[in-house]
Amino acid sequence: MRHVNTAFAALGRLARAPFATLMTMLVIGVTLALPAALHLVIKNAQSMSESWDNAFDFSVYLNADVTLAEAKRLADIVSQRADVENVTLIAADDALEEFRELSGFGAALDHLAVNPLPHTLVVRPGESINEISMGLLNEELGTLPEADFVQVDTAWVQRFHAILNIMQRAIAIGSSLLAVAIVVIIGNTIRLDIQNRHEEIEVTKLIGASNSFVRRPFLYTGLWYGLGGGLLALALVGYGLYALEEPVSRLSGLYNSPFRVLQLDIRESAIIAGTGVLLGLAGSWIAATRHMRRIEPR
Amino acid sequence: MIRIEEVSKRYPGGHDALKGLSLSVDKGEMVFVTGHSGAGKSTLLRLIALIDRPTSGQVIVNGQNTRRVKRRHIPAYRRQIGMVFQDHKLLYDRPVFDNVALPLVIAGLGHREAARKVRAALDQVSLLDKEKQSPETLSSGEQQRIGIARAIVTRPDLLIADEPTGNLDPDLSLEVMRIFRRFNEVGVTLLIASHDIALIDQLGCRRIALANGALQVEQEEDPVAEYVERLEAEQARERGPF
Repeated sequence: MRHVNTAFAALGRLARAPFATLMTMLVIGVTLALPAALHLVIKNAQSMSESWDNAFDFSVYLNADVTLAEAKRLADIVSQRADVENVTLIAADDALEEFRELSGFGAALDHLAVNPLPHTLVVRPGESINEISMGLLNEELGTLPEADFVQVDTAWVQRFHAILNIMQRAIAIGSSLLAVAIVVIIGNTIRLDIQNRHEEIEVTKLIGASNSFVRRPFLYTGLWYGLGGGLLALALVGYGLYALEEPVSRLSGLYNSPFRVLQLDIRESAIIAGTGVLLGLAGSWIAATRHMRRIEPR
Repeated sequence: MIRIEEVSKRYPGGHDALKGLSLSVDKGEMVFVTGHSGAGKSTLLRLIALIDRPTSGQVIVNGQNTRRVKRRHIPAYRRQIGMVFQDHKLLYDRPVFDNVALPLVIAGLGHREAARKVRAALDQVSLLDKEKQSPETLSSGEQQRIGIARAIVTRPDLLIADEPTGNLDPDLSLEVMRIFRRFNEVGVTLLIASHDIALIDQLGCRRIALANGALQVEQEEDPVAEYVERLEAEQARERGPF
């Protein structure tokens, strides 16, 4: 009950200087919004790359003299393998038809006497496949007598994931620096507050207030700063997403992609607001504990 | 209630504020400490309030030797003593009620209980109608009475006051002393540092005279010394606080 009173008294004190309070909260909000926004970028990039899992498919181009029946039998054999989920046969004629449709070379292709495209097996590896068994599969598919060559284009997906990992790490490092910055900002604000209320603290101590009693309102002030900053960060990120939503959906429309921008979920929002609160408490705790001891009645 | 045994206090820089002072104040007494500025009155009160600790000797308040009160227990120690200051030491950013309620808030009292005690204390200094005002809107005498209400709101057994009438004119001073007198009548022990010899004589309480950090050697009827003291009291009043 006493804590509730102190908390609201601290809030009331902040509300009496709305501009200064808002400025402090905004600084914290912007500082928190930065890593939150970068996190969202990574999260969206990851979700985008998830829809590229077919990039791990092997394309086995068969020799030109392999007949459709042989290709079908081969597809059956390959699909029996434990490390293969399924095999799709793309017949040469179908491939040509698709190419004609998509490439826009329709008229030119009509002049070809024979179909230059081979039958192709699209081999999708099993879910549990790792890099080593993937290499093995690649090799064994290549040694099939019917196979001309095997193409698997995983390298760039792996690079992309590696880059995302580096960025994630970089964001983590940057975030911890920004966290330190927030602690310092709040600590400094609280320090000034303590200086301004120096006399009050002295009098309160003189009539028997303990350090923790005197410190309490400052802790709540720090908590409010942190919470306000956290909520402002959420608002800033939310506004940024709102501003990006339309152009992104237009772009993904152009790519025929179902991609939609992922928002912060409830858990992430709670983490951002909670981080604000924790950093606010940490900053005010450090400042209040440091300066409270120095103020003694004289 | 208060026992001072062979207490010396040397401040950094070598100034001896108290030199082997011994005195005692019984429970229920109302005692004045007088002396020139620099005689050691304030130092004595600071030792009792544990704002300072003696360089040597014992300060025993209400059975507790202040030497054994650990730093973290000082707040609890101070809460059992009411303190009144020359410059009132009120908080001007909050109304009278909140100022008087502060010791109760520190002690963690519930709102209803606190409100009852605050009103009782304000009633005792006849300022019940001012509870919603800011201390700034009150006269110096009224502010001092608010300070007194704050000091007695927790009903301490001991009240110490440092020059409580230092800023007040004689009429207001007398009124403040009458308030102290009433507390004394209900059993509160009071130790009051003051310049105001004339006023003290009017009240007829025990007087402890300090000079140069020790008890002043009793001098029977020294008109010159008394005149000088009275003059100094006059000057102190003109100087204001500090």
